[in-house]
Amino acid sequence: MSITLTGADWLQFFAHFLLLSLLAVGGAITTAADMHRYLVDERHWLTDAQFSASIALAQAAPGPNVLFVAVMGWNVGLNAGGMGTAFLGVALAMLGSLIPSTTLTYLAARWGHANRELRGVRAFKQGMAPIVVALLIATGWILATGSSYHARDWPVWAIAVVSTLIVWRTRIHLLWLLGAGAFIGWMGWL
Amino acid sequence: MTDPTGRPRPASLTELFVALTLLALQGFGGVLAVVQRELVERRQWLTREEFVEEWAVAQVMPGPNVINLGLMLGHRYFGLRGAAVAVAGLLAAPMVIVLLLAYGYSSLGDNPHVAGALRGMGAVAAGLIAATGIKLASALRAHPLGMAAVVAAGVATFVGIVVLRWPLAWVLLGVGGLSCVGTWFKLGARE
Repeated sequence: MSITLTGADWLQFFAHFLLLSLLAVGGAITTAADMHRYLVDERHWLTDAQFSASIALAQAAPGPNVLFVAVMGWNVGLNAGGMGTAFLGVALAMLGSLIPSTTLTYLAARWGHANRELRGVRAFKQGMAPIVVALLIATGWILATGSSYHARDWPVWAIAVVSTLIVWRTRIHLLWLLGAGAFIGWMGWL
Repeated sequence: MTDPTGRPRPASLTELFVALTLLALQGFGGVLAVVQRELVERRQWLTREEFVEEWAVAQVMPGPNVINLGLMLGHRYFGLRGAAVAVAGLLAAPMVIVLLLAYGYSSLGDNPHVAGALRGMGAVAAGLIAATGIKLASALRAHPLGMAAVVAAGVATFVGIVVLRWPLAWVLLGVGGLSCVGTWFKLGARE
């Protein structure tokens, strides 16, 4: 795929990530649906396959999930020319995604730390705690089952349940478990 | 190194950077399970209670949750410099790796073994995150709301997200808002 991006296009690309950064309550991945709408459907800067591959690749690589944004910027840049524009795409996508949210979080963290004895601050942090714990369990559940419940996916559920029990009950290093999961999948048993 | 109250903490910006880089490099399919294991269980920079509280803020603020958590942790120890170093530590090395993978992906992406291995790692990662939630539940034992209300809030959250598929913002505002108001009254009654 080959496209042309003008300076104004890159500016709009950057501005779109700046905006999504502020809307990304619950993590960067929650704005992926809108990135698809903008980059694939509206601007045609990425193909559908490139979009899906960007997310899958970042999930498989080590590091925070937000790096899927870097891969998207990379692919848009490659489509628009070569390595130089690819690095430009990475820089604009990542800076756009991070500057607004980190600035806001930094200010909130500073205020919250200075006022940590206030009843309102303690009520917020402690009041959210049960929701946060339940959200983690819900996220694990959703990742294991995807959006559908098919009986033929039982090996995936089994692996998720077994790794839940092992992580909960033992101190085995997490990389061994991931390695085992990768091996089982590589052999085609999933 | 320990702080004045005897709690472990990073001795320098370099130690903070290295710790978060090592942590990020272990985080396949999401860093959260590793953050809990490394910062709470191994290095003990945070207690379970502190981790859950900081995580609540990181989750409610916009942006990547793990980046927000690292930023808040770095700020607590070294102010603005600490916040910047923590974010850089979480992102720098993994970014190089993911771009190298993106560069080589075209030759690997169609391989069924590779696709299967990714599925297997995804299933394990789901288990890691669920187990992290189960472990952190012990931090709720002394919660001001009491066990019954904590369980009710947790179940409502799970049902809202998994069964009813409500948007996260509704759950945080609705269930989270009720829980915060309840906690506020309980804290007031204690004082």
